[in-house]
Amino acid sequence: MYSEKVMDHFTNPRNVGEIPDADAVGQVGNPSCGDIMKIFLKIKDDRIEDIKFQTFGCGAAIATSSMVTEMAKNKTLDEALKITNKAVAEELDGLPPQKMHCSNLAADALHAAIENYRQKQKGA
Amino acid sequence: MRRVYFDHAATTPVDPEVAELVMKYMTESYGNPSSVHSFGREVKKPLEYAREQVRKAIGAAHVGEIAFCSGGTEAANMALRGAAYANRQKGNHIITTAVEHHCVLTTCEQLAKEGFEVTVLPVDQYGRISVEDVANALTDQTILVSIMHANNEVGTIMPIAEIGKMLKSQERRIIFHTDAVQSIGKLPVDVDQLNVDMLTFSGHKIYGPKGIGVMYLRRGTWWQPIMYGGGQERRRRPGTENAPAIIGLGRAVEMAVANREEEAEKLTKLRDKLVDRVLSSIPNSRLNGHPTERLPGHASFCFEFVEGESMLLSLDMQGIAISSGSACTSGSLEPSHVLLAMGIPKEIAHGSLRVTLGKYNTEEEVDYFVDNLIPIVERLRKMSPLTGGGACTPCACAGCDQSKK
Repeated sequence: MYSEKVMDHFTNPRNVGEIPDADAVGQVGNPSCGDIMKIFLKIKDDRIEDIKFQTFGCGAAIATSSMVTEMAKNKTLDEALKITNKAVAEELDGLPPQKMHCSNLAADALHAAIENYRQKQKGA
Repeated sequence: MRRVYFDHAATTPVDPEVAELVMKYMTESYGNPSSVHSFGREVKKPLEYAREQVRKAIGAAHVGEIAFCSGGTEAANMALRGAAYANRQKGNHIITTAVEHHCVLTTCEQLAKEGFEVTVLPVDQYGRISVEDVANALTDQTILVSIMHANNEVGTIMPIAEIGKMLKSQERRIIFHTDAVQSIGKLPVDVDQLNVDMLTFSGHKIYGPKGIGVMYLRRGTWWQPIMYGGGQERRRRPGTENAPAIIGLGRAVEMAVANREEEAEKLTKLRDKLVDRVLSSIPNSRLNGHPTERLPGHASFCFEFVEGESMLLSLDMQGIAISSGSACTSGSLEPSHVLLAMGIPKEIAHGSLRVTLGKYNTEEEVDYFVDNLIPIVERLRKMSPLTGGGACTPCACAGCDQSKK
């Protein structure tokens, strides 16, 4: 059902955890839908210096979370905003059609975190 | 890699003796049982013997009350639609429960579209229904009641005999069907003791072949076929009989009933050990379904803060086969309709796991399962944002909006 890459990211997810002094946090999803993704960012000079995630969800949800953190690390915020859910799924060698819902959260969580950072900057 | 099969409610391995019998009637004695020549005759006889084996297994009075079809789903379709159509002039009300298998629920939905009035009764926290619930739902239009004997997802046993007795005591004739797919070979199944007019089950849950099912129809019950063709199965289910599978099912059900008590005792012990170990070693876990009124080898759990499919995948990588009622394993966004009907919150229902033991399982396999499950749940919880009790934002995705409808 899942590609080898998905299983690899599910089994050995990259960048799992929290960043206690994160510059920004983004969370999407709902427990009643069966998946929540939370992304923590450490940002320096508009560049993602560190990124971590926490996910409640199925295999695809965990794998896409892991993949999006790898794709976003060391990117500028503008570059990271260009990462789409489709790109994450492609980077994982595709996902089963019924799993597109889960993959539609990973990039959204990243974008929500960046949005959170920019709101904070405006406020500061 | 080591492999452990803990998904016997999904299907079972075919018993070697049954497989040999099936093979014989595929390769050696392959005639069409309707043929007059010797090739046909040598199949007709064992086919009718299988019908007798089924009759005996469920305590039916006559072999003519047994019809074979393609499986549990077709049997339920035949039972419900056949009884509904044939009794339409007497009334249009059908009663069932919220925790039935989809083969009953979806058939009832279809009958509702065709103009029947369908009452879907809610269940209690254990997934059980009471005799009073059914009695209170009866109207002067009720023609049919369909309630499963034991639930496939949580293992809860329904008080079928008592409901049947109450229905029999009514002035009007109400046809009572029970789906016995999960209970046959595990609980005593006797059509007279259960007070049912129709009973359905399949071969592949009792170490028999897939693609074969049984509909019991009590003599004198108004019913009409839903398929038309030749005269096979007394016109109840036309089409050339799947003789190898029927003969296999006959032997399988005979063995299942003969070994039932011994098997149930062994599986109950294994299951109780498994449940005790899981609940005592994994915090925030619960057993779904009734604590005692449940199928012998059946355990269903919910683990908070983790999602079922990720547990299933992790166990699969250790060679352990179980199933889950999470949305991600059902192909929809909704978790199991059974768990939701029992009042389990959606976020917890997503973390469900079903373990169903069978005759070849051992205590050592139970330990292997629990030893693997503990670190898997721990690992996934560490990854989960829910463990910390974080606040949850409404889901903005289009998919979830659909699921709210």
